[in-house]
Order: sequence, then structure tokens, then C-alpha cells
Amino acid sequence: MNSRKIELMVGVFMAVAIAALVFLAMQVANNTDATRGATYTLSAKFDNIGGLKVRSPVKVGGVVIGRVSRIYLDAEYLEPVVEMRISVDYNRLPETSSVSILTSGLLGEQYVGLEPGFVDDFVEMLQDGDYIVNTNSALVLENLIGQFLFSQGND
Amino acid sequence: MDNLVECHDVYFSRGDTPIYEGVSLHVPRGKVTAIMGPSGCGKTTLLRLIGGQLRANRGQVLFAGQDIGKLNRSALFETRKRMSMLFQSGALFSDLTVFENVAFPLREHTTLPENIIQTVVKMKLESVGLRGAGQLFPQELSGGMARRAALARSIALDPELIMYDEPFAGQDPISMGMLVSLIKSLNETLGLTSIVVSHDIHEVMSIADQVCIMANKTIVAQGSPEELRAHESPLVQQFLSGASDGPVPFHYKASTYHDDLLGVSR
Amino acid sequence: MQFFVNLGRDTLNWLRGVGGASIMLFQALVGKPQPLKMFPLVMRQLYVVGVQSMLIILISGLFIGMVLGLQGYTILVDFGAEQALGPMVALSLLRELGPVVTALLFAGRAGSALTAEIGLMRATEQLSSLEMMAVDPLRRVVAPRFWAGFISMPLLAFMFSAVGIYGGYFVGVQWLGVDEGAFWSVMQSSVDWQHDVMNGFIKSVVFAVVVTWIALYKGYTAAPTSPGISAATTQTVVYSSLAVLGLDFVLTALMFG
Repeated sequence: MNSRKIELMVGVFMAVAIAALVFLAMQVANNTDATRGATYTLSAKFDNIGGLKVRSPVKVGGVVIGRVSRIYLDAEYLEPVVEMRISVDYNRLPETSSVSILTSGLLGEQYVGLEPGFVDDFVEMLQDGDYIVNTNSALVLENLIGQFLFSQGND
Repeated sequence: MDNLVECHDVYFSRGDTPIYEGVSLHVPRGKVTAIMGPSGCGKTTLLRLIGGQLRANRGQVLFAGQDIGKLNRSALFETRKRMSMLFQSGALFSDLTVFENVAFPLREHTTLPENIIQTVVKMKLESVGLRGAGQLFPQELSGGMARRAALARSIALDPELIMYDEPFAGQDPISMGMLVSLIKSLNETLGLTSIVVSHDIHEVMSIADQVCIMANKTIVAQGSPEELRAHESPLVQQFLSGASDGPVPFHYKASTYHDDLLGVSR
Repeated sequence: MQFFVNLGRDTLNWLRGVGGASIMLFQALVGKPQPLKMFPLVMRQLYVVGVQSMLIILISGLFIGMVLGLQGYTILVDFGAEQALGPMVALSLLRELGPVVTALLFAGRAGSALTAEIGLMRATEQLSSLEMMAVDPLRRVVAPRFWAGFISMPLLAFMFSAVGIYGGYFVGVQWLGVDEGAFWSVMQSSVDWQHDVMNGFIKSVVFAVVVTWIALYKGYTAAPTSPGISAATTQTVVYSSLAVLGLDFVLTALMFG
């Protein structure tokens, strides 16, 4: 086996490996992730976050603008706090916006849905580290059923 | 006399089995020293002690005045460039051609330009009669040719000491004769010091300047071939004449034959 | 009583083995780097270890991907969730099957060959002869093989995953009729470069070190006889497979747990 053939074959090997890597990068993995690149952080307090997880998406009208980066319990009021990293491309969210925890489809994953609020002269834009005040918690199926039964009993 | 290798009262054991108990010998510079003894008495081990691959439990192994057992790794590697060893199997690198095998030590330890390496390798191969076999791979060689190729590789760096581990084992008479004359002529023309480990008495006695006979974990006799032929020890005489029974027993240590067969020994 | 004696002896032997293997690797890799000498040696071993394993990796990857596509489809279609086939195939390959199956095949294909080769070099006194020529066999024989394994296995794992995903695409989209756009886009939205591809890569690097290390150590310490070398080769495959599967659990727990 002469060294020229070895070099050729190792070259082919490397080329195949690079092709595989490029395929994985371009075709398989998600590159257009909103949380790639510069982000800023927003937080929101909920009564109940349901099945929300770190890395769940944050969407506006179905478009992913960021991801949940941390979920913790507020030390004082024992409320769940969701910390989100939002792409700086979407840095003009008014402070009147509201966030809800929604489910995609009947069995799908849970995500944070952000509903941009109205803008007028007195409304400022959300800055890094701000809290979103208007929140709607996750719907918990057991509570819904409980409420339904309760309302039935009132009739 | 100027001795290249000296062993002083060397003790060595492998696990719990003692191999040497007080071996002392000296190898004079520029001479062929033969080490003979029954199989399994640790002749190869002695070469490994001199080469520093094994270390003695007690005693000294001196090479050119340096205690091999006390050298650190890099000093040992420096010292090993001055010696070489011809292994029983030849130990040619199976993924390199004969030519590249001989060139290997030159490429590793020198920065000679390629054309000089080519020349040196051709000279070394010529001296063992294998210049035409340079492009063959080791597995294409016969046993005798492989050993000669390995010999060319061991002299590639012009060492001071060359150790032959059973160079004649399993050789036909012709290649045995070739090796005998090669060892002799290399020793004379290159001014090498040679240690030959073997039990082919006639071949060894014909080229050795000095012979050591090992048995019972030590050296039982040391001297020129003539002195040994006249040696009074029965063990030496048994070994030289090749008698099947004597001080070195034919039978491995066992209980009495009769008892063993009748099954009463336990 | 005897049980404890045996347990103690096994533990000590195991520790001795790990210690010896660590010393071997340390001596092989630590020291003055000699890139000019090392490069052609690593190149040659890349050929032996990497290139010659490529075909089996590509073929196995393709088949495993195709099986994933088929099995995944039959399960998912019951829930009307066949768009999830893309992420299922891609994630199982990138996170688990790519690194693990590559490591297992690598142990069988290249690891056993490394062990047998080095064991035979010991048996035919080639290693001793290197030592006597003042060439350190650890740096000359062991180190280039280690680097070759270290480099080639993660690359092989990438190839395995890529070909496997293509196999899943072929079965799912071309054959069973999952929508092509949905297959890729759902895959892209759920596969993350950092979280999935890179974690899989880290796994395969760890497996590369472990498998190559075991193979080299077993070869280097093999008894220089035919049964010794055959036992060492078997041990290489068995130990590296167990180590890969065990470590995979630990790494998965750390990364995705």
C-alpha cells in the first residue's frame, strides 16, 4: 500500500465526513432558531405553568421568537417564574403585551404564547430583565373538569 | 582486558520463580562470546537484562561502565543506540518492506538525507547478501533470509554490541552456515562485540572466542572453547557431548514412576 | 469468606488494569510532540482504522435508518402523527444510535483488529525489537493508533447519522408517503445543533477514547501466544461494548436527564 493511495483514501474519508456534517447542519438541525445570536431576557410570573419546560418555544402568532431559558419559584411569593430569552430581532414588544401558556394541538408540547399589546404614547417597550405583568396560566385539565362538575352541581 | 559488558552477581526472578542466583560474567570488547545452556535456563533473559528491558533484582549489569539497571528511560534509550539485538524470530516489521525495515533505525535516529540512507541500506543489505530482496515484504522471505534481513537492520546504525538470540534455531544447514560465517565476518570487519545465545554447540564453538555455560541458575563454566572441552565438570561434559541423561536429568521432577502408575503416590 | 477474597482479588486486578492502562496512555501521549514523525503514522492508521470501517458504518447506518423509518411510521400513523417521523428518526440517530452503534461496530471492526495487530507485534517480538532500537513502542505504535481512533470514530458517527436519516427519509417519504416538506421541517424545528448534534458528538468522542484505549491496552498486554491474543481480542470487543453501553447511560442521564 503506497502512501499516495493512503492519502487519497483518507482524503475521501474526510470529504465524506464533512459532507455528513454539512448535511446534518443544513438539512437536519435547526439553524434559524430565534435564540441563536443576541438575545435579551424577559420574565413572567404565572400561577401555574403546567407542563412547560426549559427550551420550550416562545411564539408570537405561531412564529418562534425565543425560548424558555429558566423556570424557578419566586422565593417570596412562591410563584413560578418563567425566564425567556428573546431574540433582539424582536425588541419592540410593548409592555402591555400578555403571555399565556398554550398547548399546540391536543397532545402537543406546551409553549409560551405572547400576544403583543397596544401601543400609544405612554406605553414603553419591554427592556432586558423586565417582567411581563399580564399572564394567563396553563389550563390544567383536572381543574377544568373540577370546575365543570362544580358548575353542574349548582344547577 | 577491556570488557564491554560485565555482570556482577546478578539475581533475577520472574514472579516467584528464581531465574538467576548470582550470575557473573564478562564480555570482552571485539570478541564473540557465546552463552550456552539447556533450554529454559534463561539465556534470552540475560540478553534482555543487558538491553535494559528487564531489571535485575540484585547485582549490577554494566554496559561500557554504565549500570544499565540504574539508567533512567532517556539515558537507557541513548545507550540502546549503541547496541542491537537480533531476535529469534527476526522481528521484522511486517508492514514495511525489507528495505524500509533496514532503513527504519536510520530514519528514526538520524537526519541523513534520503540518498545517503538509500546508499547505507544498500550497503547493509549487500553485506548480508539480500540487496536484491529489498522490495519484498517480510512474510515473503524464508526463515533464513528473514534472519539475515534482521541482521542487516541490527547493524544499520553500526552498534558496538550485537546480541544474537538463538540465531541458528530452526535453520537448515545451508542458512546456518551462512549465518555462522556472517556473524564471524561482521565481528571481524566491523569490530563489533558479539554475544551469541545458542545451543548449537558445533556452530558456536567454531566462532566463539569465549564460551559461558549456564545451568542451575548460574554460570557453571566460562572460558575459551578449548578450555571448556577440557573442563572437568560433568555438567559441562554432558552438555558438550549431548548425553541425554546426566547431571541435567532427562526426567522432569516427579514422584516415583512405579508409584505413579499404581496410583498409590497420593 | 471465599466470596470476599474473590471480590477483593477481582477489584485489585481491575484497579491494576485501569492503572496500567492509564500509565500506558499517559506515556504514549505525553511528551515532546513530534508532528513531522507523527503525521504520516497517524495518516496510515486513519486509513486502517477509519477508511476501512467506513463501508460497514455507511451500510449499517442506512439500514438502521430505514428500519427506524418503517417502525416509526407504523407506530406514529396510529396517532395520526406521521409528521413526527422526521424528528423521531433524526433524534434517535443523533442522540443514541449514531454514537452507540458506531462505537459497537468500531469495536468489532477496528478495535479487535488493533488488539490482534499489537498482540501479534508483541508475539513476534516487534515491540521488543523497537525498544531495543531505542524507539518507544508506546509512542511509535500505540500513540498513532490512538489518535486515529480518536479522530475517526466521531466522524464515522456523523456519517452513520447522516446516512441513517437519509434512510429514514427514503422509507418514510419515498416509500410510505409521509409529506416531504413536513418530514424535513418538523425535523428541523425539533433538532437543535447544540443540544442534539453536539451532545451526540461528545458521546462519540468519549466512546472513541474508551474503545481505542481498551483495544490498545488489551493488545499491548496480550499474552504472546495464540490463545492469549484470541482472548485479548474477545475481551476488547466485550469490554468496549459493555463500557460503551454503560457510559452511554451515564452520559444520557447527564445530558438529557
